[in-house]
Amino acid sequence: MSLEIYLDLFSQPCRSVYIFAKKNNIQFDYKKISLFEGYQYSEEYGKINLLRKAPAIKDGDFCLAESVAIMLYLAEKFHTPDHWYPADLQKRARVNEYLSWQHSAIRIHASKMLWFKLLIPKALGVEIPKEKMDNAIEDLNASLNIFEEKFLQDRPFIVGDQISLADLVAIVEIMQPVGAGMDVFENSPKLKAWKDRVRAEIGAELFDEAHQAIIYAQEAVKTMDPKKMEHFKPKILKYFLS
Amino acid sequence: MAGGQAVKAYLDLLSQPSRAVLIFLKHNKIPHTVELVALRKGQHKTPEFTKLNPMQKVPVLDDNGFVLTESDAILKYLVTTYNAPDHWYPKLPQKRARVDEYTAWHHGNTRLHASTVFLQEVIFPMMGQPTNPAKFKKALADLDSTLDILENMFLKRQAFLCGDDISLADLLAVCELMQPMCSGRDVLKDRPKLQSWRSRVQSALSDSFDEAHSVVYQIRQKFTAKL
Repeated sequence: MSLEIYLDLFSQPCRSVYIFAKKNNIQFDYKKISLFEGYQYSEEYGKINLLRKAPAIKDGDFCLAESVAIMLYLAEKFHTPDHWYPADLQKRARVNEYLSWQHSAIRIHASKMLWFKLLIPKALGVEIPKEKMDNAIEDLNASLNIFEEKFLQDRPFIVGDQISLADLVAIVEIMQPVGAGMDVFENSPKLKAWKDRVRAEIGAELFDEAHQAIIYAQEAVKTMDPKKMEHFKPKILKYFLS
Repeated sequence: MAGGQAVKAYLDLLSQPSRAVLIFLKHNKIPHTVELVALRKGQHKTPEFTKLNPMQKVPVLDDNGFVLTESDAILKYLVTTYNAPDHWYPKLPQKRARVDEYTAWHHGNTRLHASTVFLQEVIFPMMGQPTNPAKFKKALADLDSTLDILENMFLKRQAFLCGDDISLADLLAVCELMQPMCSGRDVLKDRPKLQSWRSRVQSALSDSFDEAHSVVYQIRQKFTAKL
């Protein structure tokens, strides 16, 4: 029975799953989907994932959403090297701690940057008001501070000497603003050094391949059809109302 | 297994994830002491507490020197370290994946939307900021969408969110959905399926559920008395 993985590499959690599967030589049927084209709203995709988000997997008859859940499942099923999700309960708890915290912190603030600096101006043709932009940048910086001071500290990786799912999930999120021309690594040597280590551990080629879409986002957006972004309007309005 | 002594749980029962952790500790008879951190009094911002948790949040677990934050990480740690019954966080990969799927989704959905309703209806007015009708309407609509998903995607025809038995998913979800009760608002009022689910969860948790939620009932009394 084959493992199908539904991915759009523009999306951070899709990148972490892609990198994890490829790095560990997990054989899978790569189902490339386009969130911008709205595939997640199709009846077909609804059978895979009712949350209508990416990534999702279909392993035989078993469908699963949420990148963190997917990677934990794959780690277990394919017996990936221990350092990704250590069997040691306290180290594992540290990975879980990061994976939990990041949902309401870095993930939110880093995502916003791409929308605020690139996609909203493109979809709505409006610039984000300065105060909103400044607040968003401040929120991102505050998250990155906590990341450095609490999660990374003086360690090479979040949980210790080796890369884990925590670093993988962190890096794909922190790369997102890069797509809008905002390189947060420039401001912090510590963060840059950690990024270089993570990229080396993953393998520069795989890392760069996974991040193609985001690195060339500014180019891609020039040729994007704003009409196709209609279905993102509710999400965009949410950003304005909050 | 860590240390040998009781774990220390830093909590405020006003905090939904704090309640989930306390209920779990009590229900599974895990030896513990409780350190109350009164959020209303700003005790989470003291230098001492900040040293313990730079995020200045509760709950925090201290297992003989091993300090852990984030309720879902804490609960998963407790299940495995203290050998709680398997149904809380099953070992079978596909069953475990269902719980992991819920606990990931929970942050940006159940937790976010239920607490937004509570904050806007109870906390902000208490701080002198009256409820904004447009924002509140939107908050209720967002919660409604979340409840749709809880019912149709997670619960479906099962007894509990991730299967036939109660798990960490139900514990985390129920504590969040109880929070709007502080203003007397039963968010499951028009949803019989979810009400039955909540009753099953409450039954399974018996005394520890009500004890943990006493603060919610007290606030509800004061809130509804004012109206």
